[in-house]
Amino acid sequence: MQRRVFMKNGALALVTMGLSPTLLRRTIFAQPLTGGAASLGNARGKVLICLFQRGAADALNVVVPHGEPAYYRLRPTIAVPRPTLGTQSSAVDLDGFFGLHPSLEPLKTLWTQGILAPVHAVGSPSSTRSHFDAQDYMESGTPDAKGTRDGWLNRYLATKGTCEECSKGGIGNGNGNGHESLFRAVSMTQQTPRILMGPAASVAMNSIEEFAIRANGPGAANIEAMYAAGGSDVVHAAGGEMLDAMKILRTANPLQYQPRNGAEYPRSPFGQRLREIAQLIKADVGVEIAFADVGGWDTHVNQGGATGQLALRLNDFAKAISALVTDLGDRMADVAILTMSEFGRTARQNGSGGTDHGHAGCLFVIGGSVKGGKVHGKWPGLEPEQLNEGRDLALTTDFRSVFGEVVRKHLGASALDKIFPGFSPTEIGLL
Amino acid sequence: MRRLVLALAVLAAGCGGSGRLATPRVPAIAPIQSELPREQQIDHVLSRLAYGARPGDAERVRAVGVERWIALQLTPERIDDRVADSAIANYRTLGTPTGELAAIFRDVRMARRDTSKPAMRDVTADSRRTLQLSLGEVAAAKLSRAVLSDRQLYEQMVDFWENHFSVFAGKGQTRLFIPAYDRDVIRPRAMGKFRDLLGAVAKSPAMLFYLDNAQSSADSMHNTLRQVRQRPRRGLNENYARELMELHTLGVDGGYSQRDVIEVARALTGWGIDPREGAFVFRPAVHDADQKTVLGTQLSAGRGIEDGEQVLDILASHPATAHHIVKKLAVRFISDSAPPALVERCAGVFTASEGDIRETLKCVVTSPEFFSRAAYRAKVKTPFELVASALRAANATPDATPRSAQIVARLGQPIFGRQTPDGWPDQAAEWVNAGAMVNRTNFGLALAAGRVPGVRVMALDPAVGAKLSTPEFQRR
Repeated sequence: MQRRVFMKNGALALVTMGLSPTLLRRTIFAQPLTGGAASLGNARGKVLICLFQRGAADALNVVVPHGEPAYYRLRPTIAVPRPTLGTQSSAVDLDGFFGLHPSLEPLKTLWTQGILAPVHAVGSPSSTRSHFDAQDYMESGTPDAKGTRDGWLNRYLATKGTCEECSKGGIGNGNGNGHESLFRAVSMTQQTPRILMGPAASVAMNSIEEFAIRANGPGAANIEAMYAAGGSDVVHAAGGEMLDAMKILRTANPLQYQPRNGAEYPRSPFGQRLREIAQLIKADVGVEIAFADVGGWDTHVNQGGATGQLALRLNDFAKAISALVTDLGDRMADVAILTMSEFGRTARQNGSGGTDHGHAGCLFVIGGSVKGGKVHGKWPGLEPEQLNEGRDLALTTDFRSVFGEVVRKHLGASALDKIFPGFSPTEIGLL
Repeated sequence: MRRLVLALAVLAAGCGGSGRLATPRVPAIAPIQSELPREQQIDHVLSRLAYGARPGDAERVRAVGVERWIALQLTPERIDDRVADSAIANYRTLGTPTGELAAIFRDVRMARRDTSKPAMRDVTADSRRTLQLSLGEVAAAKLSRAVLSDRQLYEQMVDFWENHFSVFAGKGQTRLFIPAYDRDVIRPRAMGKFRDLLGAVAKSPAMLFYLDNAQSSADSMHNTLRQVRQRPRRGLNENYARELMELHTLGVDGGYSQRDVIEVARALTGWGIDPREGAFVFRPAVHDADQKTVLGTQLSAGRGIEDGEQVLDILASHPATAHHIVKKLAVRFISDSAPPALVERCAGVFTASEGDIRETLKCVVTSPEFFSRAAYRAKVKTPFELVASALRAANATPDATPRSAQIVARLGQPIFGRQTPDGWPDQAAEWVNAGAMVNRTNFGLALAAGRVPGVRVMALDPAVGAKLSTPEFQRR
């Protein structure tokens, strides 16, 4: 999980490099709106939000197979108890066999509404147990092929025809007409994640507030003048895009954002990132793909059962997603949320009250057009002979079948062979 | 001027720990043929062969002459670098032997397994901090040297090779091996012979771990050099073999096949890491000792480590390698589209000099193409180059904490943080986009205002400060 250490340090640097909120209010956002962005407003389209749980979430304690006797044999001290009405320390039943971890209680409403579809025993066919490699494969979309340089979301962006359309709008000419594409793919991360790497443009930012020139008055005007006057080279083109993007964000009025429908986001970094994703979607700046990630899932030691370490992580996870869905309200008709984690963990608990790196895992697809209220995927069982290499949940669904179905049916992608080369997806019936 | 006189007068004792190499002569460089006026030539060499100019640098180059300045930069062993050396001495973990880091890592892992003893928890916290600091300091020291060292072209080459032979600190234990990778593998060989560098990288625990060769063993179809009763062998891992040819030597179109990848992987089985020392070890028990054919050359059966050595010989002396390496040098030092005629010419020098990096580099950086109008200010700075050049322009210094390296990470290029083995891209299109421009502009503004944590700025000329956030400053 060294990768997370990097991110954490980066975040720390951000805090120290950032300015006080009062100073921020004097940033370029505060200037009067000019040109370009005024023409926005009805860019409603389909949106896909991808959320990566880095560190390998323990699928068997996320979507709990409480109807499986072996589950309780394998996990004497960390299993989530069978659903018992009225207690908060047992699984939240879904269908009599599976239940949600009690911390995921906020997601039960979505299940009842029929917009939450868990998929179990899903993952990468690669046998790797390395976080790095498995995350790499899940983001490149090409398990066991290390040579892939771009991410599958980027290949989606590059292969879907709309991109030609948006480039006609004059990306980068600095006149403010390029906004359809500027925020087409947004990552709420410090750096462009692997999944979005590649030729198609995307914007990565740690926060909306930060996407502003930290100069006041004449300083900011100077920057604007330098790029407005500039030539046709790449630097000036990107500078023009930057100014356009800031104008667009200004209309989103990020500092005054009020979540709707009483949505309450956790104050955690993950909660705040989802809040900003909702802001951008509702600002109609043309978001089609949004990405965020959240760490802390590598629970080798004392992970706990109904309460404890993993329960805390899941609590934040569920509250943030629930707030996002509430906040987006009617927009959820056009939105799909797709969660993922690089692999599952060992079916058997280890000697430290935790679990080690395993194989198949679980994920969630949430959205207005999702066939929810059903746990998808074939359940392989947890008896010794049913386990992968005698230790992990076996894989019955390739993650590319899920991702492929989501981009095809939700976003209308047709070139699946380019997005997931060499793979023939299996129809799951998620959407 | 004083520093330069000093540089000429002092025969430095060695370069970054490479005392074992004889101090080379300062090469003679013929008068530069250039369509650029002299002032632009000076600006050009400082922005390309150095990480930009510090105050007074242009005058110093003018005084000694562009040709003589380049000649000296090509012989860093002869440049006194005490200023940088004393700054680097502040990073106290830099010299830690890998074995010590590996021992700390084992403590941490042990403590994680046994959390019942509270004392172990303290050990863990402390040890984690040490591990974290050691990686942070290598990164910060790299930036510090880029800012402060007078061996500027040497620092450029260290960065070039660390990027060419890129490793990712975030992959498992790779981080433990990175201090030694920088200190003992790359730095002593950055201006030496390519084959020597290639071999040191191939045996470095950092690369062996990062590209999985340490996990590769003969598959069950083949005989090993020494038969040992053991658990079933894990089999071949082709990861390093493939990148060795695609990225490190021949290049993607270098004329090798999947068959060659497998054969090279077989030749390199047994090249592993001794976990206790954190050092290279050859394990005969997992080395595939059957016959192999690599790029048409037969490696006979029954051999050991010589298999891998011969593969490296074949690859290092292959014409495709000369072409691939020189093209990358041209992209870094001349322009995003490496001039083909120059690549041909200098690839010839690479081959004729048996992969002499200094000779090849001299060919590139004294060429008419390098000094052409088309090349002048044609490159966009990477985040590392932007930060180093801004600190130099502002006469600023990184402090003794690892924080300065975080500035570069924040701009999208964490040092030793490239996930994929291809290294950071060196072309403009990869680095400039709307989000990046916000961060770059803010960095320039923050530095001008003296508000960048991890950096000391003293008495900055406002006119210089204003330049740091301009579009022009993004170029070199």
